[in-house]
Amino acid sequence: MTTDLKIAFLPLTDAAVLVAACEQGFAEEEGIALELVRSTSWATLRDRLVYGQVHAAQMLAPLAVAVTLGLSQQPAALAAPYKLNVNGNMLVMARDFAAALEPDVARRVADPLGTAHDFAAAIGLWRRKPMIGVVHRFSSHSLMLRYWLASAGIDPDKDVVLRVLPPSLTVEAMRAGEIDGFIAGEPWGSAAVEAGLAETVAVGERIWRRGVEKVLAFREPWLEENPDIVDRLLRALARAAAWCDDSGNHATLAELLARPRYVDQPADLIARALSGQMVARAGEAPVANSDFMLFSREATPFPWRSQALWIYSQLVRWNMVEHDAAAAAKAGAVFRPDVYRRALANSDVAMPGASMKLEGAVDLPLAVGSRRGELTLGPDRFFDGRVFDPEKIEDYLAGFAPGR
Amino acid sequence: MRIVIIDDSGLRATVLEEGLREAGYDDIHIVPPRGAFVARLERMAPDVVLMDLGSPSRDTLEEMLTVSRALARPIAMFVDQSDEAMIGAAIDAGVSAYVVDGLRKERVKPVLELAVRRFNAFAKIQGELDEARTALSERKIIDRAKSILMNQRSLSEQDAYALLRSAAMNQGKKIVEVAQALITASELLGGGGL
Repeated sequence: MTTDLKIAFLPLTDAAVLVAACEQGFAEEEGIALELVRSTSWATLRDRLVYGQVHAAQMLAPLAVAVTLGLSQQPAALAAPYKLNVNGNMLVMARDFAAALEPDVARRVADPLGTAHDFAAAIGLWRRKPMIGVVHRFSSHSLMLRYWLASAGIDPDKDVVLRVLPPSLTVEAMRAGEIDGFIAGEPWGSAAVEAGLAETVAVGERIWRRGVEKVLAFREPWLEENPDIVDRLLRALARAAAWCDDSGNHATLAELLARPRYVDQPADLIARALSGQMVARAGEAPVANSDFMLFSREATPFPWRSQALWIYSQLVRWNMVEHDAAAAAKAGAVFRPDVYRRALANSDVAMPGASMKLEGAVDLPLAVGSRRGELTLGPDRFFDGRVFDPEKIEDYLAGFAPGR
Repeated sequence: MRIVIIDDSGLRATVLEEGLREAGYDDIHIVPPRGAFVARLERMAPDVVLMDLGSPSRDTLEEMLTVSRALARPIAMFVDQSDEAMIGAAIDAGVSAYVVDGLRKERVKPVLELAVRRFNAFAKIQGELDEARTALSERKIIDRAKSILMNQRSLSEQDAYALLRSAAMNQGKKIVEVAQALITASELLGGGGL
């Protein structure tokens, strides 16, 4: 018996696992007829999920937390048992603005702390507050940008203007001079670089080396009522993710994503993020970053509860939600490692033994306890060296002086 | 009640505005989601904002609704969350509606229902236009294929069409597909008659 499933997505390179599951037969092997529903705004993707037009959605991890906490229109309990990727964002700024930063782009990107301070100085040289596009208030990009700016004493709510616009409009807004730069998922940063409108200033992977990005979100009641379908889908996605990580498939994957019904951008732009060959300034040689975007290795899809709590800590930090124990528990419970374990129990996927960990504590690849197979966690440092202990959210927040 | 329609399709906005005016609403403004539309909207202080669900500018609008200090009262999506049938119909029709806090739901419901009907009507017109356009382009393809056959095989127009039709029937294809294949082949072979 075939199950029809609808999943909403946005035209982004990190829809890769969903597209591969649909196009390469992984969903079909599990008896799932997958229909991917393209959306052009996070609001519409959210509404399609919350009001039941789709069964699941490729969602910004912070948005899943925010909807559950009632911070983004109609409150709804969402559940994320699977991460579709980690990393994959890039901050690009207009070339005029970037002229005040380290001119060697490879060095600029490799030193986010130094670049943040240069950025603070560049704000002083700019004619007005720089307008930076972010894709959503509740996006990983926005939280990472805020984290990075604040490290150099920049107040993201006062010293810059953060303008919300969907990824697909970022390049046009740059062209029209409505924004001075933006942080978005690929291929939109690369598209602006290629058009000669902007150059790379920072890369998500250099801010938090294993940053939570998109999750697969369900309405929680539906997830609970349909364990068999959820498990089959997760198994299909796990195989699709392994396929996406394999560099031998990147050319095919880029061609698939380039189709009009998915990302509708040139395959060579899309391929950059997949292979980690990022062109930071038009016409220059790419800056290699093999961890630019991960789909499968290092148990990437595993939804660590500590990561949902890190997101929560940042929402508190930026006064988007009042901190209390009940809200924290609700936020942490959005990530569902229990469902992930159940679905993939009999597969060869490496399975972490724990559901929480310190975030930002791993410097070098680290072999950890795993129920099955070898599991090595990659380095997951924040660029400023802070470590997030999910048991001590207040202490962590108190460390961000002054006031924040 | 001040109603703002945010829309970049002139036709859809007109279809909706007409309907609202006929129903007796007269404080209606159309704002295209371009440039500084959020600032314009803020100054208008609307009671109801109607927007195409497919518009990529919804995130920008929602951000304004969240952070605006200029709006006297908060505006949130839909007014009556208990009316699931209404919300379902709105989303199916591609309508998103933001309503100012405190506006009674009985006053909003007719606006929303009208928007849903008009959006559906617009989608139907759009569909018919697309169909007509497709039919027109198919007709052109068939005409080109016919003229190739007429030139190269000295057939009458009627016989050329009959040949295309029987080829399509034999191959289990549409006539337009056979015609397109013929044009492509003829172009590849550098044939005349184009």
